[in-house]
Amino acid sequence: MTQTVSIVIVSHSPDVARGAADMVREMVGEEVAVAWCGGNPDGGLGTDVAKIAAAIDQVYNDKGVALLVDLGGAETNSEMAIEMLPDDRQSKVVICDSPIVEGAVMAAAEAAGGSDLASVRAAAEELSP
Amino acid sequence: MSADLNGALIDAAVRTILDNAAELTALDQAIGDGDHGLNMKRGFEAIAAQKAELEALPLWPAVQKAGMTLVMKVGGASGPLYGSLLMAMGKAEGDAVQRFRAGVEAVKARGKSDVGAKTMLDVLVPVLEALEAQADLGEVAALAAEAMAATKDMKATKGRASFLGERSIGHIDPGARSTQLLVTAVCQHLGEKA
Repeated sequence: MTQTVSIVIVSHSPDVARGAADMVREMVGEEVAVAWCGGNPDGGLGTDVAKIAAAIDQVYNDKGVALLVDLGGAETNSEMAIEMLPDDRQSKVVICDSPIVEGAVMAAAEAAGGSDLASVRAAAEELSP
Repeated sequence: MSADLNGALIDAAVRTILDNAAELTALDQAIGDGDHGLNMKRGFEAIAAQKAELEALPLWPAVQKAGMTLVMKVGGASGPLYGSLLMAMGKAEGDAVQRFRAGVEAVKARGKSDVGAKTMLDVLVPVLEALEAQADLGEVAALAAEAMAATKDMKATKGRASFLGERSIGHIDPGARSTQLLVTAVCQHLGEKA
């Protein structure tokens, strides 16, 4: 089986992240690995570097991982999580500048076709003005 | 010697954040997502819980470790921002002021921002410039308070507050306030020791 780019969804809300992941599975199918995380270290709304790093780890493969994030701290914490990865993995994990739900579905649809990481990211970012 | 400095510094920083957490949250409710006080409280409580471990380290490795704790525990953008500040200071070479410059540069890089965007950098940068000009600690604290108050009239172009555009004007930036609180606590602590 050919590898595809994986998707990680990072929201302040675990419910939003889980829901977006459900939509990806429903609309794109199971061939693209999707991980999600949400909530601060206490379980309230927010994001958590350790959870983001674990989610990336869960679906990482050499084809790469596209992250979809919601607001402010989700992006900053995701950047931090990426920098904490082993050096050889850092360049294969990117944050897409796009709406989280639509971006996740578009990125996954592109990934399912076997596209490389740059194309997956571009597909998600086409949604941004 | 090093244990004294770390322990008392930790106490001073933790106390000012816990004492003012409600105000930070109120400021953040006006122009952000209302979690700055809670997030900072969680981060600094985690540092307080690590006090014995941090006291056992030399100053700069302790600062670096505290930064990593903030990254892992805060849960908002302020975690990586304050975390990057402390981690870069801990890792840098040179004296305290040179290390502080490295820390401020790390915050700029992490936040992709600079002065004038209504952020913590609007306090950090003037404080750095004063330290580099060898201002005394009292002057630095006074300048930090002035710089913090000046964020009220700025328009936010970074972070959640930027969604508000013009409506962010008229509110003090919560990150600038928490930075000023910490700068003041550190200056007072060092002043008392001197």
